[in-house]
Amino acid sequence: MLDMALPLIMDALANAALIFFVAVGLTLVFSVQRILNVAHGSFYSIGAYIAASMGLWLISAGLNPWLSFPALLLSAALVAMVLGPLVERTLIRWTYGRHEAIQILVTFGLFLILEDLQRLVFGVRSIYQDTPMALLGVSEIGGIFYLNYQLLLIVLALAVLFGMRFLIKHTRLGRLLVAVVADREVSLAMGINTDRAFVLAFTLGVFLAALGGALATPTTGVAPGLGAETMVLAFAVAAIGGLGQIEGAAVASIIVAGAKVLAVYYAPAFDTVAPFLVMLAVLLVRPNGLFGTATTRKI
Amino acid sequence: MKILYALFAAAFAALAIVPFAAPWLQFVLTIAIAKGFAAVGVALLLRAGLISIGHAMFYAAGAYTAAFIVLRSGISDLFVLLIASTLVTAVIGALVGAYLVRYRAIFFAMLNLAVSMVFFALLSKLYGITGGTDGLRVPVPTVLGMTLTKAGFDIVLFYVALALMAIIAGLGVQFLKSPLGHAVGAIHTNEVRLEYLGVSAWSVLLIAYTISAALAGLGGAIAAVSIGHVLPDYAYWTESGHLVLTAVLGGIGGVAGPFIGSIFLEIVHTVAVGVAHNAWNLIMGATLLLVIFFLPQGLYGLVTKSADKTSSAKLGENKS
Repeated sequence: MLDMALPLIMDALANAALIFFVAVGLTLVFSVQRILNVAHGSFYSIGAYIAASMGLWLISAGLNPWLSFPALLLSAALVAMVLGPLVERTLIRWTYGRHEAIQILVTFGLFLILEDLQRLVFGVRSIYQDTPMALLGVSEIGGIFYLNYQLLLIVLALAVLFGMRFLIKHTRLGRLLVAVVADREVSLAMGINTDRAFVLAFTLGVFLAALGGALATPTTGVAPGLGAETMVLAFAVAAIGGLGQIEGAAVASIIVAGAKVLAVYYAPAFDTVAPFLVMLAVLLVRPNGLFGTATTRKI
Repeated sequence: MKILYALFAAAFAALAIVPFAAPWLQFVLTIAIAKGFAAVGVALLLRAGLISIGHAMFYAAGAYTAAFIVLRSGISDLFVLLIASTLVTAVIGALVGAYLVRYRAIFFAMLNLAVSMVFFALLSKLYGITGGTDGLRVPVPTVLGMTLTKAGFDIVLFYVALALMAIIAGLGVQFLKSPLGHAVGAIHTNEVRLEYLGVSAWSVLLIAYTISAALAGLGGAIAAVSIGHVLPDYAYWTESGHLVLTAVLGGIGGVAGPFIGSIFLEIVHTVAVGVAHNAWNLIMGATLLLVIFFLPQGLYGLVTKSADKTSSAKLGENKS
């Protein structure tokens, strides 16, 4: 029984790791900026496209294939450095404090623009580039074979989780972010550069999404429509965990990935439904998500 | 206001001669009006300050209901199909709404999204019932017992859609003037005060949600018989986004707004698709941003600039 379950658990955890990168970015941006960024999935797919193209270029240029690992990281950083500040300064900043409908619509407009830009730049064919996964190969533990790349994903996800915790609890920037989240006006009055905090938080969110995309390319490849698919999945995870909850996003990723893997195993027709059924069930019982703190409602 | 009515009458007359003056526009306009119904539904919720990124599911529900009735029961009268689809979608809307209208703001948006994604996934996976991602073909319905050719049916459908648009617009104007219509706007401006007045926000919203679902279902049914094919993609979340976009582009200040937005978008799409096929979403996205930034009352706001501005006419004003 355990022999059968272990590969499934491994699969679920690797999936959870990939979902976690996107969802934690979404939840971070929500907690700092109070904005549900509908274009978040686009950053994921742009990261994926850049990483895949860079990987293909590395191979065709005849460079050392092991360079494709730093390339994954580099492409995510590139996307974040270019798009993060640009988008935050021009569009997102304008929506602070406005009605949710406007925030969602502005980011939906951005999503549409980014989707077509990807089509124009990268074409409509799917790109598949699995050098990093092939390089790492498989390892055998107790007679069962595991993809080493999956192990790497899990380790990286844990690193991001603890990195985020450390950042928020123990660094100056983290403290500033917590202060801004708690009360923007008072932070401003205390001399915190809230504009800078917003740019940094948003850029970090973009980086995490792009990193998720870059790391996903070796396992799934990248094709048009990926951004839209990822977006709704990240929504579900962030909502289950409680919007703004980093640990919540981690737990929710595991729940959602577990539900997906179970669905694939027992009822393949329902694998895409599973995350949303879980989300509906959770929100029915706990409207603020598993770890969300209840805010006083106005009624 | 008289000028406004004259303007609408003129626009309506111009639309009515389209099958003769510009036959290529007929199909485009039928779809535009169909989507316009759904956009009116979305606009109604936007007036209450609620944004639904899931309304395409009701559009798809209407379309699939029409397809099911034709294929399973053999009843194929156009009017039966439209009425039945609208009613079925209204029931689905009431059931879903009873659960969802308890939520506000982002939670409302996200839950609508989640329900619609479940719906979308079921449509694409339950191959035996829904035809999976291939969808279902819808044969040409009969009209009051008459069997028509596809071309003849399309003309009839166009005029039926046009007449329905006029009826819905008329009813909509009356609804917005009614106490219930004002209550919907009041949920946006001050929900607490509305409750103190003894009006249940939950029931007001449930009625609004049911109406908006029924309108989307009507639109979906028209689209289904016009295109002759229904697909799960009708329910995908980006379609829901487009419905909100249409409503906001047209303007949520009056019933005419979403129709104006829908007709404008479909015509521009038809023209632009040859020029910039891969950049259509880009144009839409940029247009949406421009409208939000510079034209918060939408295209309709341009028409009614002189008319008085009610507080709920502007998207997202009076944050409560």
